[in-house]
Amino acid sequence: MANPAEDVLSASYALEFSYTRSVGPVIGRFLTGLRDHRIEGVVGSDGKVIVPPTEYDPFTGAELESFVEVGQAGVVTSWAWMAEPRAHQPLDRPFAWALIRLDGADTALLHAVDAGDESRMSTGMRVKVRWREQTSGHIQDIACFEPEAG
Amino acid sequence: MEDPIQDITTPIRLDYQYTAGSATAKFLRGLKQGRLLGQRCPKCAKVIVPARGACARCGVATEEEVEVADRGTVTTFCVVHIPVPGSEIKPPFVCATIQLDGADIGCFHLVSEVSPDEVRAGMRVQAVWKPREEWDHTFENIRYFKPTGEPDAELEDTRGTGHA
Amino acid sequence: MREVAIVSFAQAPNVRDAGAKNEVELLMPVAHAALERAGLTLQEIGFTCSGSSDYLAGAPFSFVMAIDALGAWPPISESHVEMDGAWALYEAWVKIQHGAADSALVYGFGKSSSGEIRDVLSLQLDPYYVAPLWPDSISLAALQARALLESSRYSEKDLAEVAVRSRRNARSNPNAQLAGDVDPAALLAEPYLVSPLRKHDCPPISDGVAAVVLAAGDLARRICQRPAWIRGIDHRIEPHSLGVRDLTRSPSTELAAEKAGVQQGPIDLAELHAPFTHQELILRDALGLRDDVELNPSGGALAANPVMVAGLTRIGEAASRISAGSAQRAVAHATSGPCLQQNLVCVLEGE
Repeated sequence: MANPAEDVLSASYALEFSYTRSVGPVIGRFLTGLRDHRIEGVVGSDGKVIVPPTEYDPFTGAELESFVEVGQAGVVTSWAWMAEPRAHQPLDRPFAWALIRLDGADTALLHAVDAGDESRMSTGMRVKVRWREQTSGHIQDIACFEPEAG
Repeated sequence: MEDPIQDITTPIRLDYQYTAGSATAKFLRGLKQGRLLGQRCPKCAKVIVPARGACARCGVATEEEVEVADRGTVTTFCVVHIPVPGSEIKPPFVCATIQLDGADIGCFHLVSEVSPDEVRAGMRVQAVWKPREEWDHTFENIRYFKPTGEPDAELEDTRGTGHA
Repeated sequence: MREVAIVSFAQAPNVRDAGAKNEVELLMPVAHAALERAGLTLQEIGFTCSGSSDYLAGAPFSFVMAIDALGAWPPISESHVEMDGAWALYEAWVKIQHGAADSALVYGFGKSSSGEIRDVLSLQLDPYYVAPLWPDSISLAALQARALLESSRYSEKDLAEVAVRSRRNARSNPNAQLAGDVDPAALLAEPYLVSPLRKHDCPPISDGVAAVVLAAGDLARRICQRPAWIRGIDHRIEPHSLGVRDLTRSPSTELAAEKAGVQQGPIDLAELHAPFTHQELILRDALGLRDDVELNPSGGALAANPVMVAGLTRIGEAASRISAGSAQRAVAHATSGPCLQQNLVCVLEGE
């Protein structure tokens, strides 16, 4: 049998797709809000405020149409420390992934927290939005969150 | 007031290290040496080019190496009128299935040095190679196939056999 | 309901990198072995179904080339899911229930070594709100792990012990990738990978293939001395958004288990598809498994995690122990999506 190491012929390649996605009226409204530095949620079947908004209630399937503005700061409900950020992630220095329940919302949004150090992160801490300089109507209009305490 | 957001672009990029597979690696290594390598199926005895390590019809591993000629017969073809993104080839150009002499199934390549309306099934063609110093592990060592001028070959009726 | 059983199971050794072999070369001996052990040829099989992922392979329609490994001539009745092979098994089971086939070949395959699996899995996330941030699979699992640890139900030591048990069990599995005796204290001394998860809390990266043959009723009895009957099978999915879910529980597993009838009899053994240590604990609770149940005797997904295969492998491992006579009634589980979003539960029993 030939030496297996001799048989390996490999080539690197990249798969790239540009994907333009139509967002519809619900996601579109949320992203339009982000562009304008406003965060909106949608009211679910049970009256709870869902952020980011979904077209249909995640539990009843009802079509949702009623929007409310929520705060630009909130509480971390869980977090994980990304010591070695990977390509395309929100920050290129160590940061925390977090689920964040904004003031007035009943569900959590996933984003990054630029806490600087893992010791600054805790479940229950308050964080606030850091807007990107130029917003365009994209989840990345929120550059990241930062500790409210400063 | 700006228009509401109607769409977003979400580009993705993923990087891979693609492994050719043992049989395809043999085929590509052969090409680097200017050889076209197929494999014979131990069950149906057909010679498959490019070598792929398996006979798709029988579902068995293929190992016996068979070198085939760099000339063969066009079995079918199409004329492409639209440009291929990222390719230098100018339309109209001809893509053909070519059954190389010694092989039992066809492989895909370009046919050139002939007007597209003269290309036909049965036409005999010969590989036009790039200069040897440009050869790498790729079927593109062959620029295209051109007519040999021989009389047309008679094609085997392969309907119902599971082979093209 | 027709009686359907697993009558054979085969898998490739799970390795970090299969090297020169491509998917077809990996699949061929495994598919052949599964068919041979069932004493059936592909032409005698009524339906073929596979599970794999194009983004994993880095090519569209990548599952089509896998058919080369089977010899689909004359043409076969075939289908595919862009999911773990466990869901291909579910589709095959449904096909047999409909009476459209009496037997099926099911396989899953994937080479996680080709690309960056942590990033590939980001593409299954919400494309508007989440995927553009590229949270990787370990980061998302870490969010769930922290929620579980902060619920005080379990500690980091409990997580480490899952890893220890998995590798110890894997010692008797020649196809496992990570096996051996490790000291939980040594594991806990390691740094975090993505806190609160350490490397041992996460699955290895694996290339692998598995195949199973299903057969109905008397055909199963003719093929196999002791078929592993599928007494119940069900799968459920939770909402897409992590922010609306209680990540410390698995309601989809609870419901699938109820529908599959897990608690309708004693369970000897459970093979749970838990790629992360904390997930094994969540699943054990969701299934209501008692402490005396033999858990992941194969080593589970922490010992080898070929993506798109590991769930099917859990079903095969449980089935083969029933066929071997070392278990009478087992539960096998498969998961898909971030943080146990979707779960399949299968109850297997000897005659």
